[in-house]
Amino acid sequence: MAEDGSTASESEEYEYHFRGNVQYNGEPLEGVGISLEGNGFEAETETDADGRWEIGVPEKGTYEVTLDEDTLPEGVVVAEGGATREAEFGLTKNASVNFFLGEGTRVTVSFFDQFAQRLFNGINFGLLLALAAIGLSLIFGTTGLSNFAHAELITFGALMVLTFGSNLGWPLWAAIGIALLLSAALGWGLDAAIWKPLRRKGVGVIQLMIVSIGLSLALRYTYQFFYGGSTSQLPGATLPSDIRIGPIALSWVDLLSMGVSIVVLLAVAFFLLRTRIGKATRAVSDNASLASASGIDVDGVIRIVWVLGALLAGLSGILWAYFRPGVSWDMGFQILLLVFAAVTLGGLGTAFGALVGSLIVGVFVELSTLWLPSDMKYVGALVILILVLLFRPQGILGRRERIG
Amino acid sequence: MSSDATPRSKPVKTTGLHVGDAAPGVKKHDPILIADGVKRTFGGLTAVDVEHVEIPRGAITALIGPNGAGKTTFFNLLTGFDKPDTGTWSFDGRALAHVPAYRVARMGLIRTFQLTKSLALLSVMDNMKLGAKDQVGENLFRSLIPSLWRKQDAAIEEKALEILARFKLDAKKDDYAASLSGGQRKLLEMARALMSDPTLVMLDEPMAGVNPALTQSLLDHILNLKAQGMTVLFVEHDMHMVRHIADWVIVMAEGKVVAEGDPHTVMEDPAVIDAYLGAHHDTDLGSTDTGHVEALKELLDDEQ
Amino acid sequence: MIDWGAIFGNAAVELISPTTAAYALAALGLAIHFGFTGLLNFGQAGFMLLGAYGYAIPALKLGWPWWACLLSALLASVVFALILGIPTLRLRADYLAIVTIAAAEVLRLVFTTNEFQPVTGSANGLSEFQAGLLEFNPFPPGRYGFGPWVFDNRVWFFLVLAWVVVALAALLTWLLMRSPWGRVIKGIREDEDAVRSLGKNVYSYKMQSLILGGLFGTLAGIIFVMPRAVVPSYFQPTLTFMVYAILLLGGAATILGPIVGSMVFWVLLSFFSGFISRAVEAGWFPFMTQVQAGQLRFILVGIAIMLIVIFMPQGLLGNRKELAFVK
Repeated sequence: MAEDGSTASESEEYEYHFRGNVQYNGEPLEGVGISLEGNGFEAETETDADGRWEIGVPEKGTYEVTLDEDTLPEGVVVAEGGATREAEFGLTKNASVNFFLGEGTRVTVSFFDQFAQRLFNGINFGLLLALAAIGLSLIFGTTGLSNFAHAELITFGALMVLTFGSNLGWPLWAAIGIALLLSAALGWGLDAAIWKPLRRKGVGVIQLMIVSIGLSLALRYTYQFFYGGSTSQLPGATLPSDIRIGPIALSWVDLLSMGVSIVVLLAVAFFLLRTRIGKATRAVSDNASLASASGIDVDGVIRIVWVLGALLAGLSGILWAYFRPGVSWDMGFQILLLVFAAVTLGGLGTAFGALVGSLIVGVFVELSTLWLPSDMKYVGALVILILVLLFRPQGILGRRERIG
Repeated sequence: MSSDATPRSKPVKTTGLHVGDAAPGVKKHDPILIADGVKRTFGGLTAVDVEHVEIPRGAITALIGPNGAGKTTFFNLLTGFDKPDTGTWSFDGRALAHVPAYRVARMGLIRTFQLTKSLALLSVMDNMKLGAKDQVGENLFRSLIPSLWRKQDAAIEEKALEILARFKLDAKKDDYAASLSGGQRKLLEMARALMSDPTLVMLDEPMAGVNPALTQSLLDHILNLKAQGMTVLFVEHDMHMVRHIADWVIVMAEGKVVAEGDPHTVMEDPAVIDAYLGAHHDTDLGSTDTGHVEALKELLDDEQ
Repeated sequence: MIDWGAIFGNAAVELISPTTAAYALAALGLAIHFGFTGLLNFGQAGFMLLGAYGYAIPALKLGWPWWACLLSALLASVVFALILGIPTLRLRADYLAIVTIAAAEVLRLVFTTNEFQPVTGSANGLSEFQAGLLEFNPFPPGRYGFGPWVFDNRVWFFLVLAWVVVALAALLTWLLMRSPWGRVIKGIREDEDAVRSLGKNVYSYKMQSLILGGLFGTLAGIIFVMPRAVVPSYFQPTLTFMVYAILLLGGAATILGPIVGSMVFWVLLSFFSGFISRAVEAGWFPFMTQVQAGQLRFILVGIAIMLIVIFMPQGLLGNRKELAFVK
């Protein structure tokens, strides 16, 4: 890429340059707007006939480069990483910034094919939501707590993989292993340090819920404090979707994620239905005082539920980091309401209801992008939540007697 | 008509309430409440299935039966706190099916609860005042102009003081209801029910959890209700109390009315003895909760 | 060196700033919902959003006078309360919490999306909608005041207006809560079945409470955006949580609690942020950046919420006597 003078004139004035090449399916795109902002400096330019652009900046540093998606041809969008990204210089005076373009809402893809693709994504999303939702539901069932800090348990799993896998360079399997272990430990620790003492104190469920809101706020901004406000990628998160099954394009990460979700959900079902501890958990959920009177160690069960719930939430966070894709400090909070919606849809406090609710929410969110703009895709799911409560307040699998 | 004046030895029983032989669903001369085909199921479990029952006016009727017989559920259905699957019932000739609980109360059918529902962080006096009907100041807009409701509020307060004095709670009028003892809360709940001058008072286990020292006074208050012309229907386990004050007894078992009659004859009814002895007492912990304990049962099965 | 004068000055400004008034009013609305009626409304941000946009959109797009804008905002809020209340007020308390927070998020997303950009301004929001109201500004142009409280005439106008509205709302709440209406409302908080058994239409009272507290939230939203632009990202769930923090700090079932709570909250927060930010500047905390110093305040708010609920549930102005009986 020679400095042939075809780029914006201001780039000549400066020593440092950002460059890029905007192409779609190997064809250069001309006239795509690129803007840059940072360190008190702003500039914009357009790509030339070869799809190239270049912007000069006065000093080294971190800048935000934005590709104006409105200037892309119909049906083409920035596929991965978003239209705005942070860019900085390495050792040289030039740095390249590339945007990965893909088919966004391509009209050329048939409706059925889109539907199939979204349905698949929706099921995948629903399964990872279910991991978080079952934990939330078990905690609600056994302690009556609507745990708003569950969002931070989700984020925690992904952040730990980021820390060990990306920042410390551990192999991915080890990073995920330690992340899950630490998630479980966090669940244990939260119950030991906060929730058990509060139960002992006899604090009411509404007070507990508000405590969880405070905890959520504190944890979330602690994450931002240490990890910053930007989005990072986990190893392997930006793999191309090159496996094709009929109309569905997916990557091996998608397949793996789905497989892991299904296996873990089956394991949880086995745990709840077949193991002694699992049965005790359901008994505590059904009627804590009766369970206690029958000699079940209620506090012990609740401790296990917290560990399990945090573990599942951490796993869900890791999968969510691959699904979005990206790890950020508030990623759990972004889907918290969807998890709540899933739990409520299924019937508060019923683990299997949470699974069904999650699948409905996941599929609905993804399918709704066929009709709704993608920045409104959560709206549909939340509206459905309100409508379901209107007609079937006990949720889809809940018992009627449970409403107050 | 104060409680002190009531003879403690032998309350006057009202007799001749029914028409024909005493049997489940027997007709009454002057019924105040008539229920027909009231059925309520929870999941697969039938909690209440009452074919026909009449509650006699101006008398004290006891509703008895073993645990899980559906007495409280029946109470909830009659007062609009629960909705039956099928059935009709009427109070003073007015149909009550599908009437919301608050309207039922406004018609003059006031109930109390098994677990006392005193309003803990309201003063005893505020608890009482809340019981009064047709308050001008309970309307959002009129409440803003005190001159519209002051006078009525003062009258209500006077009446409340009078009733509180009768229940010996007047010294506590400014205390939080939460500071009362369990028995005092039962008294307060009953006193509060009287604020609306009800025609039918339904008491759900008025004696449960009451200190024995207060039992006699509670009994006297119930008898007093009758003396003042009110009809009383109550759920109770204590057979002594039932025998002592009830004019009529209705026995429920497994959701159905199995026997009716005056207290002395009904206790000898084989159906009643059967209902009590045949009932399994291990389901004591929750009456409608039976569907919820499957996991626990599985767990217990495992251990055997 | 640290400029303590500036830190204290800024903190003193927060004592009476229109933002403090807005949060106090929103918290007063929540006091009606949560403190007096026991309704768990976690969508106060949604009511505030409707106030802000309900005022700004007709002002900018339709050129309505200020009073018509105010009415449209209040009407939008009543409709929102009805939509929320009809399905959920018959259900257990936590359903209302989930539905209100979800509905408030739906509103925020609808006002953020590019789809309605011409009307809502999407993520950039709307500005310059205050002109209609500013015509009535009685304060002469210029900057004046005393001590740390020196503002221009525009800020003085909004400030006085804001606190007048807060005072009127507090007076209204006080009148209501000492009336038989307030007695029913407090009874519902304690046990709604008991109140129902006494012949009160609990559903209707809860709806009235939801609408009234929501209207306070709506007015708070208008006051909040008056000195600034309307941007949808103001109205995140975190806003509701901050208002809860203020309510709990002041005392949930009190009338002056939300106001005192808001003042204490903002003065402390401003003092704390100012101090940390300047201390970082002065190199006292070499491990922290300015951005991190900004995040510290939210961490602190979160911890404060937990500590207040656990150790001071009655708040600053709550009745200590109640404490013995709180479950």
